[in-house]
Amino acid sequence: MTDDILRMRGITKTFPGVKALQDVNLSVRRGEIHAICGENGAGKSTLMKVLSGVYPHGSYEGEISFDGEPCRFADIRDSEHRGIVIIHQELALCPQLSIAENIFLGNEQATRGLIDWNRTNAEATELLSRVGLHENPVTTISDIGVGKQQLVEIAKALAKKVRLLILDEPTAALNDEDSEHLLDLLRGLRDEGITCVIISHKLNEVMAIADSITILRDGRSIESLDMATDEVSEDRIISGMVGRALENRFPPHEPQIGEEALRIENWTVYSPTQRGREVVSDVNLTLRKGEIVGLAGLMGAGRTELAMSVFGRTYGTNISGRLFKEGRPIEARTVREAISNGIAYATEDRKRYGLNLIEDIKRNVSAAALSKLARRGWVNDNEEYRVADEYRASMNIKAPSVSSVTGKLSGGNQQKVVLAKWIFTDADVLILDEPTRGIDVGAKYEIYTIINRLADSGKAILVISSELPELLGLCDRIYALSAGRITGEVQRSDATQERIMQYMTKGLD
Amino acid sequence: MSSTSPSDAALAPGAKDTPAPGTPGRSSGLSINVRQSGIYIAFALIVVLFTILTDGALLQPQNISNIIVQNSYILILSIGMILIIIAGHIDLSVGSVVAVTGAIAAVLMVNYGVPWPLALLITLIAGALIGAWQGYWIAYFGIPAFIVTLAGMLLFRALTLTVLGNQGIGPFPDAVRTLSNGFTDGYFGNIGLGPLGGADLFSILLGIVAVAGMAIAQWRTRAARLGYRQAVDSLPVFLLKIVLAAAVILFVIVQLARFKNLPWVLVLLAALVLGYSLVTNRAVFGRRIYAIGGNLQAALLSGIKVKSVIFWIFVNMGVLSAIAGIIFAGRLNQAGPTAGNSFELDAIAAAFIGGAAVQGGVGKVVGAVTGGLIMGVINNGMSLIGSPSERVMLVKGAVLLAAVAFDVWTKRRAASASR
Repeated sequence: MTDDILRMRGITKTFPGVKALQDVNLSVRRGEIHAICGENGAGKSTLMKVLSGVYPHGSYEGEISFDGEPCRFADIRDSEHRGIVIIHQELALCPQLSIAENIFLGNEQATRGLIDWNRTNAEATELLSRVGLHENPVTTISDIGVGKQQLVEIAKALAKKVRLLILDEPTAALNDEDSEHLLDLLRGLRDEGITCVIISHKLNEVMAIADSITILRDGRSIESLDMATDEVSEDRIISGMVGRALENRFPPHEPQIGEEALRIENWTVYSPTQRGREVVSDVNLTLRKGEIVGLAGLMGAGRTELAMSVFGRTYGTNISGRLFKEGRPIEARTVREAISNGIAYATEDRKRYGLNLIEDIKRNVSAAALSKLARRGWVNDNEEYRVADEYRASMNIKAPSVSSVTGKLSGGNQQKVVLAKWIFTDADVLILDEPTRGIDVGAKYEIYTIINRLADSGKAILVISSELPELLGLCDRIYALSAGRITGEVQRSDATQERIMQYMTKGLD
Repeated sequence: MSSTSPSDAALAPGAKDTPAPGTPGRSSGLSINVRQSGIYIAFALIVVLFTILTDGALLQPQNISNIIVQNSYILILSIGMILIIIAGHIDLSVGSVVAVTGAIAAVLMVNYGVPWPLALLITLIAGALIGAWQGYWIAYFGIPAFIVTLAGMLLFRALTLTVLGNQGIGPFPDAVRTLSNGFTDGYFGNIGLGPLGGADLFSILLGIVAVAGMAIAQWRTRAARLGYRQAVDSLPVFLLKIVLAAAVILFVIVQLARFKNLPWVLVLLAALVLGYSLVTNRAVFGRRIYAIGGNLQAALLSGIKVKSVIFWIFVNMGVLSAIAGIIFAGRLNQAGPTAGNSFELDAIAAAFIGGAAVQGGVGKVVGAVTGGLIMGVINNGMSLIGSPSERVMLVKGAVLLAAVAFDVWTKRRAASASR
């Protein structure tokens, strides 16, 4: 009998239309570092949200026991009270407050309602030395780097008397040196008896630090490996992560590939927030008419950043490189220039960036090309209705009429509206960022069908996706992006998930 | 939070040609949008209430004329304000801009003897420049409108005092006073209306032409929609709406014709409401405003020139403020240092009572004007029954709070229903 500090049994979490987790089991031994591996969308973050009470007891099925006692967390405070602390990928620090204030945020060191600053700063100093951060506790968070901010998060967890520390992609934004320091710190915490659960894409890191591994795939727990007794290799983990057989989830498609439509040359983009950080480095990429090209990459690889920088420089600074449309150099410095050059970009976050959710279907469809429906500045709203209704019929947008508000549509139907909007701009090059994110299998098939039809009509399509099977099933050619660089290009005939995954993780070691 | 509906899962892959569930035909009629139509029902109820409380004095010819003339400048301001609120911004400076433009007009005409058409033109241009000033800081410099126009509120009040030398300037030329306070001429003399007495024939003819024009325009819109096989109101519902609207318009016109013909400001106001309704409903520019207010990020990624649109709606607000400034000064026959005090609050309240959403993206010109009229009727009705001013303020505050609470409540209900 092993001494498990945490047991999750039969966890099932359903969102409307999507089963995010299905019968997931997870056992974590006391005082170990346990890694959770899986593709994007495999359910890792959802599982951690169930554990930490973000999704309260009752919104999922299954049982959780911590330290032998059953857990029914109503919110994060409940789980933190028991010593379970989660550190998210996006750090939850207040940039304008000091290190000490952040460490004791929501946990203020107060006497009779007044904050005791001496105690706050003294205890913060002690916690900082435990995590090996030599900074003055009154320093403002925005004045220290991301690596140090990560350490402040851990100090904050220690201040809450953490017993199970969950880290979601803790090294994603860190450089090698900071990552190394962080991993050392985790080993130190383990020796102090703090159990860690770490979610990471970086398999070399997992191999280096984990005592055991649980692999998730498609919302199910596939297997648990013990580093001491099982024979574990990166390849073994990868095949566990991607090992699903490709079913008939993609409509058959015979590509008719024509001439070059868009060529991106030596494209380099710098981060607008972190000075001097290259987000996209010297990318060369070609799209041809009638071709569906995939762009694979892990979170943070720079996929969306690449796409948006090409689409009217909507992301990034100091963008350099050249664009060629059908062999001729073009400029796309603004969204309008991009659209008039026949480039369209359908965002990965349709609710925040894609749709006006309080408006109806027809006004969303016309939003990017309203002048097509107007004469001398006046819109022909009957034409608008007709155009939108045509898309509704041809794309099977399920809504009572095109006067239905888009905010009330399902994810799949919202995505169709986004696609219709961009098709209506007469784009020849469509960049589709996560076109099937958050929509279910049936609607995905429809989206794939639409994408195939677009390619058949001679359009060049770049599909960005976190789901490798989707890229393999849909694309004629796939580029892999890792840390802002193109690390590989695979033809459909040679493409395997393992191969692309290797390219995607190249340069992260 | 995913909004994917389970119905998608049932869809057979590849069933792309199945007919969509909705078929063109009759729309869901009167129940279609409580949030949009609630304001008109509320207005009708308030009018009925005060008609009863005042024993019909509210709807007497002279009183109707008073309500329109007394509130005209707020209504004009509310038209500009609703555009700004739809775009997700706010303008706190309009009261001060009303004062400074009125002062500019007064100084030009009274102190410098500039002919009134030229003086009014210069005043309108001054309003546009003031709007451009604020629009620049908001749209291109990126300062929140709340701050820029709060500064403008002080700046333009200071400018008013400077221009006026801290005293009232008047009187205004007759032409300007007629625009603010006067009535159309009775070109065709009077007509007897039996027990109602005499009324101005020209006004009544104008009213009939307006009603006929409205009916024809509505009919043609409906016919065009039917031609495109869109959902329209069924014929009885359509006719009922037309008859109701015609009855209200004709009633007001006849009452006004029995008093002193049509106030010029009503003619101006009608033209503005019509013009701006067209712009917001039909013009590319108007659509951009809704797109920006509805989702700024999506608008940017759709290639909409957000900065330019924001700039121009503030220029527009400046021009409308100048019109209101001229009318207000002309009505008092004097441009004073305290002119327009708290007009911005009335205009903002009118827009929100009229169904604008706090987050932007929603609102109608007719709604804002109705919101302004609701406050005007409450003001007028309560003063007719002799309520003290503190009680009027109390009621207006409560109405504003209730209107926005209703908006938030319906939105929350809609959100939970779609989940």
